[in-house]
Amino acid sequence: MDTKEITDTPPPAPQPTPAEQKRAARGATRPGDRIFLGLSRGSGILLLVIMAAIAGFLTYRASIAISKDEANFFTAFEWNTGVVPPRFGIAVLVFGTIVSSIVAMVIAVPIAVAIALFLTHYAPRRLSGPIAYVIDLLAAVPSIVYGLWGALVLVPNMNGLYGWLDDYLGWTGIFSWQGGAPRSMLTVGILLAIMILPIITNVSREVFRQVPQMHEEAALALGATRWEVIRMAVIPFGRSGVISASMLGLGRALGETMAVATVLSPTFDIQASLLDPGGGTFAQNIASKFSEAGDIGRDALIASGLVLFVITLLVNGGARAIIARRKEYSGANA
Amino acid sequence: MSNAVIADKPRSTLRGARLPKWAPYAIAAGSLAVGIGISLAAGLHSNIQWGLIAAVLFVVGTYVIAARVEGPRQAKDRIATSLVWVAFLLAVIPLVSLVWSTISRGVKVLDIYFLTHSMGLIADSEPGGGIYHAIIGSLEQVGLATVIAAPIGVLTAIYLVEYGRGNLARAVTFFVDVMTGIPSIVAGLFILSIMLMFEMQPFGFAGSMALAILMMPVVVRSTEEMLKLVPNELREASLALGVPKWRTILKVVLPTSLGGITTGIMLAVARIAGETAPVLLLVWGNSLINSNPFEGAQQSLPLYIYQQYANSAGSGAAYDRAWAASLTLIAFVMILNLVARGIARWKAPKTGR
Repeated sequence: MDTKEITDTPPPAPQPTPAEQKRAARGATRPGDRIFLGLSRGSGILLLVIMAAIAGFLTYRASIAISKDEANFFTAFEWNTGVVPPRFGIAVLVFGTIVSSIVAMVIAVPIAVAIALFLTHYAPRRLSGPIAYVIDLLAAVPSIVYGLWGALVLVPNMNGLYGWLDDYLGWTGIFSWQGGAPRSMLTVGILLAIMILPIITNVSREVFRQVPQMHEEAALALGATRWEVIRMAVIPFGRSGVISASMLGLGRALGETMAVATVLSPTFDIQASLLDPGGGTFAQNIASKFSEAGDIGRDALIASGLVLFVITLLVNGGARAIIARRKEYSGANA
Repeated sequence: MSNAVIADKPRSTLRGARLPKWAPYAIAAGSLAVGIGISLAAGLHSNIQWGLIAAVLFVVGTYVIAARVEGPRQAKDRIATSLVWVAFLLAVIPLVSLVWSTISRGVKVLDIYFLTHSMGLIADSEPGGGIYHAIIGSLEQVGLATVIAAPIGVLTAIYLVEYGRGNLARAVTFFVDVMTGIPSIVAGLFILSIMLMFEMQPFGFAGSMALAILMMPVVVRSTEEMLKLVPNELREASLALGVPKWRTILKVVLPTSLGGITTGIMLAVARIAGETAPVLLLVWGNSLINSNPFEGAQQSLPLYIYQQYANSAGSGAAYDRAWAASLTLIAFVMILNLVARGIARWKAPKTGR
């Protein structure tokens, strides 16, 4: 391949070693090739280093904060970092983050799946292209704009729904309302649902589009109605895709900052009712406590950020694992 | 979808009674009328409520009528159809409202004065002022982030597609995926923890670094997809002529996929241009013009929106400015998106099909 290689090595061996064969096959022997490979591999490694650095730095600062914490970091119901000794814990934030995400998922997933089905199976073909395009664009609307809209348009419009829920479902305790401004977990959940809808819809739509045409036509030939086709051919094929799409949406809902910070009126306690204002989420707490935080306060916020990082890492890793498994699975079938 | 056409076809009279084609529209109109009627009679004021009542009536009405005329299986099919339509309409309402309120409230103060003046000497509660300082800050921070993230992202994608075998490539692929899901505030906290270590004051470039972290995985993902679309025949033809691999990549693979890569980078720029949280933690915001991203607090458009909303104690002038800035930001992001998609369509890799 290269003259230098031949002159450098002793008289041509009848069979090059496997390592040499490999190198020759990859063509990574010339200086240009070596530099280019080095650069591109270096960038890949840099990404891994950044991930490791994020975990490392956050853990380091978090350990400083937790060692000074007089309360239990995981179970304390307070966030007083300015006093001596500092006492803070993430119990309220864990609760608020999980509750708002669950509300968002309960609302968003069925609607997103229905829209994906609408686009692939129900909408007139001429409509479905532009609608998919618009949904793509909506995924690009910055979260702060959703936040502004949520605080100034959605919140004033929630009073009627809140009163209605309180009248008819107040007895459950989850939907009781004391009449405060509707800046509570339910509104946050609805806003998050609107925000993650485009993501879940897009991924689900891609999955539904890949359903083998043969399966659907076979079901139709057996006399199935359109709904039966969807239930028997489309949903089973797309289930894992929908699950991973939902988890991607969940990842975004968990880490959403500005939309929650603008809508929620936070308190540092746990409300049984979704309708009464109060509670908080990890990201919202960081954004709203940051400006008044001192040295320990910032480290404490970094510690809570580390917990958020780990949670989103697990959720996203899980989603990707499901997608990857599905890829292999469908590849074997193809 | 051809299957949709097939599903519509079997309307032969041999299969028993079917509702006429206009039936769903009639039921929809009827339930809407009844929904509004009930709301008026009961004195309900909220638009959400009569909408919900109408939606429920529509679904139930469709089921009952179809079950009587067509039988249970067809009724289930119809109920699924109507539920899907209802879901779609439900989702459209907030999205339309979002776009409408941004545009209608944003145009109030959006003019040349607004775009060319900063908030210096103007309290948040007073009218006047503008977003010039925020636009400068945003452009500088996003520009610097792009300068950092785009080369690293493209090179990583080249590594994954052209060289990547074995454990390292698998690890990079996995962590790029995971990195896509990092909340923006965590990226901000990471840079913040470095800044705390060196006792640095907030400055624009710190925000750029956090934005670059958010941008890299997006660039890698989209570039990877584009490089995979380049036909292998092109690479093989070039290699067969004795062209070294790196020149093959630079002169054959990259030019072929340049349109797609540009699109991906622009979409990534559009994504980070709207990030608020890292800028809030690292750049702090500034009501004056600061065009030096390496020293002193800066402003950025998303952060400006947040501060106008949060720090103004309900002043109408500040809300107007927040909406106008939102409109500017959305317009910027949408134009980037549209141009990017235009480039993608125009320069789509010729795959020979």
